[in-house]
Amino acid sequence: MTMSAQIKSKQQTRIVVVGNGMVGHHFVEQLIQHNANVAQDGQAIHICVLSAEPRLAYDRVHLSEYFSGKTAEELALTTPQYYQQNQVEFKLDAAVVDIDKQAKTVTTVQGEVLAYDKLVLATGSFPFVPPIPGNDQAHCLVYRTIEDLEAINHAAQVSKVGVVVGGGLLGLEAANALKQAGLQTHVVEFAPQLMAVQVDEGGGRLLRSKIEALGVQVHTQKATQNIEKGDSCRYKMCFADGSNLETDMILFSAGIRPQDALARQFDIAIGERGGIKVDNYCQTSAQDIYAIGECALWNNFIFGLVAPGYTMARVAATHILGGDLSFLGADMSTKLKLMGVEVGSIGDAHARQAGALSYIYENQPQGLYKKIVVDATKQKLLGAVLVGDTSDYDTLLQYALNGIDLPEFPESLILPAGSEGKPGLGADALPSTATICSCHNVSKGDIIAAFDNGACSVGDIKSCTKASSGCGGCSALLKSVCDSELSKRGVEVKKDICEHFAYSRQELFHLVKVGHIKTFDSLLEKHGHGLGCEICKPAAASILASVWNEFILKPDHVSLQDTNDTYLGNMQKDGTYSIIPRIAGGEITPDKLIVLGQVGKKYNLYTKITGGQRIDLFGARVDQLPEIWEILINAGFETGHAYAKSLRTVKSCVGSTWCRFGVQDSVGQAIDLENRYKGLRAPHKIKFAVSGCTRECAEAQSKDIGVIATENGWNLYVCGNGGMKPRHADLFATDLDSATLVKYIDRILMFYVRTADRLQRTSVWLENLEGGLDYLKQVVIEDSLGLVEALEKQMQLVVDSYQCEWRTAIESQASRKRFRQFVNSDKVDSNIVFVQERQQIRPATEAEKQSYLQQADIKTSEVV
Amino acid sequence: MTKTANWMTVCQTSDLVDNSGVCALINEQQVALFKLSVREQVQLFAISNWDPIGKANVLYRGLLTSVGETITVASPLYKQRYSLATGQCLDADEIAVRVYPIRIEQQLVQIQIDK
Ligand code: SRM
Ligand SMILES: Cc1cc2nc3c(=O)[nH]c(=O)nc-3n(C[C@H](O)[C@H](O)[C@H](O)COP(=O)(O)OP(=O)(O)OC[C@H]3O[C@@H](n4cnc5c(N)ncnc54)[C@H](O)[C@@H]3O)c2cc1C
Ligand code: SF4
Ligand code: FES
Repeated sequence: MTMSAQIKSKQQTRIVVVGNGMVGHHFVEQLIQHNANVAQDGQAIHICVLSAEPRLAYDRVHLSEYFSGKTAEELALTTPQYYQQNQVEFKLDAAVVDIDKQAKTVTTVQGEVLAYDKLVLATGSFPFVPPIPGNDQAHCLVYRTIEDLEAINHAAQVSKVGVVVGGGLLGLEAANALKQAGLQTHVVEFAPQLMAVQVDEGGGRLLRSKIEALGVQVHTQKATQNIEKGDSCRYKMCFADGSNLETDMILFSAGIRPQDALARQFDIAIGERGGIKVDNYCQTSAQDIYAIGECALWNNFIFGLVAPGYTMARVAATHILGGDLSFLGADMSTKLKLMGVEVGSIGDAHARQAGALSYIYENQPQGLYKKIVVDATKQKLLGAVLVGDTSDYDTLLQYALNGIDLPEFPESLILPAGSEGKPGLGADALPSTATICSCHNVSKGDIIAAFDNGACSVGDIKSCTKASSGCGGCSALLKSVCDSELSKRGVEVKKDICEHFAYSRQELFHLVKVGHIKTFDSLLEKHGHGLGCEICKPAAASILASVWNEFILKPDHVSLQDTNDTYLGNMQKDGTYSIIPRIAGGEITPDKLIVLGQVGKKYNLYTKITGGQRIDLFGARVDQLPEIWEILINAGFETGHAYAKSLRTVKSCVGSTWCRFGVQDSVGQAIDLENRYKGLRAPHKIKFAVSGCTRECAEAQSKDIGVIATENGWNLYVCGNGGMKPRHADLFATDLDSATLVKYIDRILMFYVRTADRLQRTSVWLENLEGGLDYLKQVVIEDSLGLVEALEKQMQLVVDSYQCEWRTAIESQASRKRFRQFVNSDKVDSNIVFVQERQQIRPATEAEKQSYLQQADIKTSEVV
Repeated sequence: MTKTANWMTVCQTSDLVDNSGVCALINEQQVALFKLSVREQVQLFAISNWDPIGKANVLYRGLLTSVGETITVASPLYKQRYSLATGQCLDADEIAVRVYPIRIEQQLVQIQIDK
């Protein structure tokens, strides 16, 4: 190191950041970015982070996901390694307790003294606990940190009833957490309605009814006066109106207060009602001290959202580095999903501005409430409230933020799309200053610039601008802006399934059904070009099967099938096949088990129990398949469709017949369901399970269709998934009788078959379905599309035309001919070689094969 | 198997399957035979049956596809596509499979194969 560099590094600017919450961390990231840009040249800034928590920054916005299984590691926004790699000094459990403005030092609770050139307060806020006598007892908790959540978990384990005090945004999230923990849940609110800040009275009414329908009891206009010992529960809450409520635990979520203790103590200006006062550069009244995030008071306003905090972080970092950026307020619009209820609020939701006019659309049967607030001239949108359906949120927000002129009849923006159609606001209509992602402050102009600099997909845009990597609320809008930019640049944004058809899977389905198309050739002739490929051929085969359900090896269809479907088995690595007969519900007689054993023995097949409660026989050569299946079919087996994108298995537990806890016959139900839906070709495979009681031994909640017995019938769960990206199924309907259960499943599956993309499991389909679970319920239960009769009819057609494909295949000489290795010889494939392991065969490795082949006269076909 | 010049008869045309493949064993070599039949127009192709990536004798069980103007078969194991005219693998430049001349003489399918 040269002399001058050493001197410079001594003079390195030292920045101390107090608090490592979301905003503090975002600030640190700005500086890391700066240091990376200036590299070694001495202008690098020294960063020191002091965190009062025992860990580095995590995603508080998604904190509630902790209850649905996210771990602290998964919520983390950074790691100690990342900070170390970037020379960020940090201390944990190091709350700052003293600021010496003269000496320019801070002292931590551990007594450590640190010097700063610039000090940044990012201390966030703390939950407000109303001063109610008895509020400090063991099971009275708050909801802000990971430690809080751990405490809530513990309390929930020893509680039956829980109350959330406060019916705002966070209160409802907290209520959801208690509900998920299995508690009888109440929300107690002081105001006459829920979410009074964001939502008007009409919206609040609907929100309340929706939340009560989920089993959460809402008590409004209740002021808690005292928390005493309960009679039936741990505590009793006494209200001002004389009523009371018993509960085992209480969660306070009655608002937040800025964490301004340091400012109060060390003489930095604060607002009348708290909050560290800052100017447009986020500077406090004290020299070289900044405040950002939820502790900062700007223009007499605290911003309780993460996006404005991020903007402050960028402003303060820029100011410290000598740049020019100012904070000029922020939009507080929000869109969220609370307990599955969609809520959106934009701008002046309460129509408070002078002359403001409202349009309201309420649809009680469907549970929708939409309101827009416009200015007196009906030219500009001032605000909006959406409950039950937020699909219009992005469009409305852009009208409000960018002052775009409203259409002649503004109400058309929220009325259901009728014959007129809704005047959508295309991405093109947005000015380039329009903010697309408010979390990371990405405008349409930034996105265009990124495309100019070589980005060529939504993915590229996400990684270079960070858009959509915060709260995720902007993802739909981001996609439409990217799509429109890409198509302007001549990049086709295609939903087409492949080069041979300019249609999506849904469109092809429609063409097949409406046009009465029964073969791939006529589909290609009428709507496609070329020969087809490994994408469109199997997709078309699947659609043709869903609609007409003809034998898939009919000459018209045989050349379309994926190899597994052509040979009615799954091809293994060496070109042999597996054989999985159907064992509906996992129930099998000893006689049938013996047949499987005999077949396995006779053909020397590797035998294994699958994860789907049935038996797999591996290592059959293609030419052996027909005779093996002939034996199986004569013994009463049928194909298990393990090779097909169709119903696989309906897993069962033993149920009420044997199990002392079972409340319904789960095995019988599983067998009935499996027999009904076997052979249904779908966009992807479908799995079911039926459990006989809530202990859920069949793991139904991880299946596409899950059924769990109750005292009164069956609970239906939908769209679960194991596999690569597990998803818990959603509760769809409760206490159904068997006939209704089947009716709903018919409708759900046929709707899925009609509308899903190619190779899209039900879990992904639901997540992409606009309106989500509620929408699906409307379609299936309330028949909002007038479709259920057609869906049931279609399913009945498939059920009635079921055939065991293996039976049809072996009965036809022409089909059997397909199962030959050679057209001109009865020899077998000499490359199929097995060795023994654990008393069964397995495919030989390449090396093992080499050594066999070298042994001169061995006829390889006989090697086993 | 009868030999005419060095064309060898492999099977009857009726042994082929429209828009799909079958396999023949000739001098211990496995050859995949494909028949493309689009609007009465028939084209035949013969390539080695060995999938050099999946390392198994399976190419005849692949799907017939087209990529632009190129007619290909997609391996049933890991889906790499091979040009039926040249044997070139479209998904890996350095890989190609052998192709054989093929024709029909009096309802008999014949290919040219050395040794
Ligand atoms: C045989 C079996 C493993 C076993 O020995 O237990 C198996 C074997 C295969 N699975 Fe599976 N899966 C088997 C149960 C499962 C399960 C467990 C279950 O069904 O309860 C799962 C997770 C549950 C789920 O699907 O939600 C499972 C999730 C997958 C996935 C991931 C799917 C996803 O949505 O993420 C694939 C890949 C795919 O489908 O694209 C897959 C694909 C495969 C394939 C087809 C891979 C392939 O192309 O070769 C395997 C072929 C099997 C064969 O040759 O017969 N297998 N697979 C099981 C057959 C069950 C049966 O009786 O039919
Ligand atoms: C459950 C929940 C859900 C939310 N959902 C949303 C949402 O959907 N959208 C949205 O925009 N916002 C949401 N928010 C709000 C959002 O999390 C906050 O706006 C954001 O976290 C504020 O960041 P911050 O860094 O200012 O404060 P914080 O994240 O609170 O961080 C402040 C940190 O400073 C520490 N600290 C305090 N005093 C000291 C001291 N003296 N010395 C050292 N360290 C100190 C604290 O311990 C804390 O770690 C939610 C909040 C919660 C709790
Ligand atoms: S987990 Fe993978 S390797 Fe095992 S059976 Fe399933 S797909 Fe095959
Ligand atoms: S607006 Fe939150 S991620 Fe874009």
